[in-house]
Parts: sequence; C-alpha cells; structure tokens
Amino acid sequence: MKINELVKNLNASVVYCEDAEREVIGGYCGDFLSVVMGKAPADSGWFTIMNNQNVAAVASLTDVAVIILCEGVKPDDLLRSKAESVGLNLITTDLSVFDAVLKSGL
Amino acid sequence: MSEALRLEFNVAGNNFISAGSASDEVKKTLKMLGIGAQFIRKVAIAMYEGEINMVIHAGGGRAIVDIFPEKIKIVLQDEGPGIPDIELAMKEGYSTATDNIRDLGFGAGMGLPNMKKYTDEFLIESEVGVGTTVTMVVNFI
Ligand SMILES: Nc1ncnc2c1ncn2[C@@H]1O[C@H](COP(=O)(O)OP(=O)(O)OP(=O)(O)O)[C@@H](O)[C@H]1O
Ligand SMILES: [Mg+2]
Repeated sequence: MKINELVKNLNASVVYCEDAEREVIGGYCGDFLSVVMGKAPADSGWFTIMNNQNVAAVASLTDVAVIILCEGVKPDDLLRSKAESVGLNLITTDLSVFDAVLKSGL
Repeated sequence: MSEALRLEFNVAGNNFISAGSASDEVKKTLKMLGIGAQFIRKVAIAMYEGEINMVIHAGGGRAIVDIFPEKIKIVLQDEGPGIPDIELAMKEGYSTATDNIRDLGFGAGMGLPNMKKYTDEFLIESEVGVGTTVTMVVNFI
C-alpha cells in the first residue's frame, strides 16, 4: 500500500512527507527504540506514541517507510524538523495504536 | 587487505540532540561508497546503539571506524564507569537506565543484544572505573 492510501485509511494528518507514493509493507508497533531497531522490518509502517527526535534517527536507521504517531500524539519541534531535514515520512492520527493497526489495512 | 578509510568521532555525553551523528556520518559514507543497503542497515543500527550507550551510560567517548572494501570495523571507546558484569549486561531486557532515559525511549535493555545480532564480530571489554571498549566488524559479503 502507498503512504497516501494509508493516510486516507487512518484519516491521518501529514506532518512531513518526502514521498507519498512510497510503498509500505507491513508494520511494527513499539515505543522502546532499541526494540524497534531489533525488530521493525525495512519499508514497514512504524506505529508509536514516542515523539522526540530520536524517533527520526531510528526511523532513518531502520529505513521504515513511514512513522505513524498514534493516540493524538504530536511530534515535538525537533522531531518535526529532523523529519524534514532527513527526508522522512511522518503522519499523525488520533486513533489508538490498536485501532490504527486495524484500520490501516496493512 | 588494502588500505582502510578511517573516520574518527568524538561522541558527547548526555547530549541527545547530537547523539547519532557519528553513525549517521558512517551511514552516509557507506552509501557514497556504494555498499549494499542491507549491510548499511546492520552497521548503522549497531553503531547507533553503541553510540547511544556511550552518550547515556559513559558520559561520551570516541568512535574509530575503519572501512575496508570487504568489511567495516568499528571501535567505540569510553572512559565511563565500566560494566561490572558483562554477561548480565548482554542479557535481553537488562538495563540500568533511569526513568527519564526511559521517557526518551531508551532503556529496554536491547542495545547490546542488537549490536551482537547485527554484526559478524562483536567484542566488549570493560573494567570498572576505567571504561568500556566495544569492537564490531560487519562483513560486506
Ligand atoms: N558504554 C557503557 N558504559 C557503561 N555501561 C554500559 C555501557 N554500555 C552498556 N552499559 C550497561 O549495560 C546495560 C545494557 O546495555 P543495553 O544497551 O543492552 O541496554 P540499555 O542501553 O540500558 O537500553 P537500550 O539499549 O535498550 O535503550 C546498560 O543499562 C548499562 O548498565
Ligand atoms: Mg543501549
């Protein structure tokens, strides 16, 4: 599924999107960064409630396709600016992590 | 073995804004050299974990990275408090991170296990009161 379809499914807000056409394959849910680094597959969607700049570093290292901030969590300023400078895809939704996964269609 | 390209970094302690910049630089260099994406991912994650450990647990340190055509060798050296029981520290889930470090998303106790998992050679040497040295090799084949 492409990121723009995912945005539609989740009724998500786009914080920054480098490539809305990027393909998302599967997903991973987690907030502990080293657990995510150990387990999140490349090109997946990362569902989290963690909103600091380290999220950008981890997303870039693991090469996930898109970060989905759930539960109405908003990125802090550093995460927002790092997403732009690194060229990540970052969206937010008011849905819980559970509901976001269910509705994602991934 | 042909000549290595050496990169050296100072890693600042307790600074979560600059944390990760050394691994980022290595990642960019490997990309420029045309190393395969699956190898870059392993190197970047292992080095980031090690870098973050120096930032959180050791008050900073140094990274010395040698890139050869067929492999990369990363040495992370710090003069932090050292690790009293390495076997325990290597266990998945073992962490001494404080609550405010956990709030940042670190402290799952998965960093060292990830470093071992993503590298072909992994060596950790530590002496209490002296410091810790981690040596990692990832082969590009
Ligand atoms: N460079 C270091 N200097 C001193 N102690 C260290 C160092 N690296 C790791 N440790 C010790 O080993 C423990 C386990 O490290 P590990 O990286 O696996 O987990 P963590 O850093 O606590 O959490 P996570 O990496 O999952 O965010 C740490 O909590 C710390 O006590
Ligand atoms: Mg760690």
